[in-house]
Amino acid sequence: MPPPLSWIVAIARFLYEFIVGDDWTVAAAVAAGLILSAMLNANHIAAWWLMPVIVVLILGISLRRASGRLG
Amino acid sequence: MTGVVAVLITTFLASAVEAIEMVTIVIGVGATRGWRSTLIGAASGFGVLAVVVVVLGAALSQVPIGPLRLIVGALLLTFGLQWFRKGIMRVAARGLAGIGGQDPHEAAEWTGPGMDWTAWFLAFKGVVLEGLEVAFIVVTFGAGSNQLGTAVVSGVGAIVIVGAVGFSLHQTVRRIPRSLLQLIVGVLLSTFGSFWAIEGLGIEWPGGDAAIPGLLVLYVATAATYITLERNRALGLRPAA
Repeated sequence: MPPPLSWIVAIARFLYEFIVGDDWTVAAAVAAGLILSAMLNANHIAAWWLMPVIVVLILGISLRRASGRLG
Repeated sequence: MTGVVAVLITTFLASAVEAIEMVTIVIGVGATRGWRSTLIGAASGFGVLAVVVVVLGAALSQVPIGPLRLIVGALLLTFGLQWFRKGIMRVAARGLAGIGGQDPHEAAEWTGPGMDWTAWFLAFKGVVLEGLEVAFIVVTFGAGSNQLGTAVVSGVGAIVIVGAVGFSLHQTVRRIPRSLLQLIVGVLLSTFGSFWAIEGLGIEWPGGDAAIPGLLVLYVATAATYITLERNRALGLRPAA
């Protein structure tokens, strides 16, 4: 692969590993949490509590998925 | 004279809060992933910061920091949660094995060839975002009171002093087992990530910066709960003796 293309592929791979890692549901939950928080805020509803709740829940879900993978 | 002292103290204290966040991220990442790439990332961040401050000067206060907080916060949160989960699983499986020395199950540090871009990226983002916040504080307090020179000395002094205190503690941090350190850094990245991402959306936290310790307590309690649940689950799967 010629250098400019190989750099783009390497950067894309790094960003995927950094953001998504080995469980895509975590990144999806964070994105959904941010969108929902923005929607609540736009409707003048307190939204600061939503992301911590999502963090606690998605950690539990991700742990169960990882434990399931390990057997 | 009173005005100079007031600007000096106010700018120092406000900048110190941001500097603590910056140094916490750099020390945590450095101790977990290795220092070389982390310090290069931090130095790159300071380089970018210096260019931005020199080019924009007092116009810095017009730069919208919300989108930057949102992007950096979301990235820290998604990455921090990965370490948070791995840290819980490792501490649940091995306890505090290796405390006071090296856990034999864990690799020492990043051993791959070249740069550890993950460490570089985390340190770079932490320095750029927090450094920009210090620069905003300096410009806001300094320009508002016509004491920009005093505010610059105070802001830079806060970073230097907090940085020195942080690096004097790095040998202590190295004694923490890697699995526990990964959990601690995961909790810290998730805490700062949650705080900045929500703040970046323009949502106010109750108590402002005081919400950070509250988030930290919640996530530490979450880690303790999940470690207990993981241990019980592992024990439950073991065949009866």
